[in-house]
Amino acid sequence: MVEIPEHLRKRAEEARAKAEAAKAAQAGGGDSAAAPEPQAAASKIPPHLLERSKAARVQAAGGTPEAQAAETAAAGGGGVAVAAPPVAPTATGPGGHTQRLLTVVKSGSIQDVKSKPQDKVHVWPHLLVVEFVAALFITAFTLIFSIFVNAPLLELANYNQTPNPSKAPWYFLGLQELLTMFHPMVAGVTIPGIGLLALMIAPYIDKNPSKKPEDRKFAISLMTIHLMFWAVLVIIGSFFRGPGFNFVFPWEAGLFFEL
Amino acid sequence: MAIDTEERKPPLPERLGAQMTKIGDQVQGSQAWSSIFRPGSIFRKGYTDSPRNRSYVIMNSVLYHLHPVKVKRHAVKVSYTLCLGGLSFFLFILETVTGIFLMFFYRPTAAQAWDDIYILQTSVTFGLLVRNMHRWGAHLMVITVFLHMARVFYHGAYKPPREFNWVIGVILLKLTLLLSFTGYLLPWDQLALWAVTVGTNMMGYTPVFGDQVRFVLLGGVEIGTDTLLRWYVLHVLMLPFVLVIFLAIHFWRVRKDGGISGPL
Repeated sequence: MVEIPEHLRKRAEEARAKAEAAKAAQAGGGDSAAAPEPQAAASKIPPHLLERSKAARVQAAGGTPEAQAAETAAAGGGGVAVAAPPVAPTATGPGGHTQRLLTVVKSGSIQDVKSKPQDKVHVWPHLLVVEFVAALFITAFTLIFSIFVNAPLLELANYNQTPNPSKAPWYFLGLQELLTMFHPMVAGVTIPGIGLLALMIAPYIDKNPSKKPEDRKFAISLMTIHLMFWAVLVIIGSFFRGPGFNFVFPWEAGLFFEL
Repeated sequence: MAIDTEERKPPLPERLGAQMTKIGDQVQGSQAWSSIFRPGSIFRKGYTDSPRNRSYVIMNSVLYHLHPVKVKRHAVKVSYTLCLGGLSFFLFILETVTGIFLMFFYRPTAAQAWDDIYILQTSVTFGLLVRNMHRWGAHLMVITVFLHMARVFYHGAYKPPREFNWVIGVILLKLTLLLSFTGYLLPWDQLALWAVTVGTNMMGYTPVFGDQVRFVLLGGVEIGTDTLLRWYVLHVLMLPFVLVIFLAIHFWRVRKDGGISGPL
């Protein structure tokens, strides 16, 4: 439903009221023969133009002005009250208007509006304050942690003394864990290679346009399994592998883990 | 006479205060100050909180390279982003700053590296603290980058139009891991040597060109002083350089794709 602007509606109502008043006055005036005259006046179209258009229409219909006049007279002579004389349709609408509001076309339907107004906030202070506090927090955390916990510095590197166990940095311990299960070619290259490739092209594989969790159960499950797979391997490699990279429980054999 | 003049002078704190105000006015009125802190800056005199000045703070500062003047309201919700991307970037800056400090005291040769770290920890003011921060910050950065990736995935934020930025993000994750791994060797202690030995042995299993890749990275068939130099250059120069390029693309794409992704 198109909403009509207030001022246009008001104007239309006024015009309608005026037309009603004119009609009432005309009805009070009485006779049928006089009817076309005031209506023509109400239509605000100059009488000579009305005459001309009437003549043209009659000519187009094949008759002559004289015949037309006779016809009109005959109709009038019939004694019927002529509510709608032949001239009426040329000028006026239902309420006696010469024009009326068909519809209001909103700008969006004829202009190519590319962006809709969005609810936005200023980056300063809303975003910058949050970022600043986050940065302060992480700096404070790192600083305080560094005051109390020292980074490891073991003895000088020695080719002749292999520590037991030898472990990769923690984020590669999942890979090292896989090495105990598969051929190095599979564990060190194929599985991580496929994993990383799949991760990279994920947006081109996942064509589901929805971002709602309930619409993407499969994608979320797959990713969660993938993440958990690595997390579990890293945890096992970090805490549950002792001398000879054999399985141990950290609460029995102690920790074999350096950051 | 002398007592008289002293009585007429205002007390010392007041005079100092007036002097400080005067110096402050001079500094804030100087050309250098007004060139650095552009109109709208909160460090300018007479900053008032108005929408126009809020816009100027971003528009007239270097931050305009990173942030637009306005962002969608939900984009500033901490519960949505958990600040993970921003924290990763901030940790990178923290690593750069602490890393520059460490570079002053470190020589990447097998004969000197371990001694330099040892002397840094024992004889350099704040040496131990800064090294600790560099190390823990690095581990933290691996974690935040990883969590950032998980967050983006679970929000479906890699979907159109942000597919390409996700690819850049995965490259950034790999670069972060490589940066951390190359830094692992530099202290040249038992942990460094053998962790990197295990790590690079895995690399050797790559089909076709595995051994060649390993040879190029190690600068020989086994880890030695050449490896140390190579990994040092990779760690302090090449990888950060590449990372910054990809970071720039990453941030640029965030803005070109219409800010961060919408709410679920």
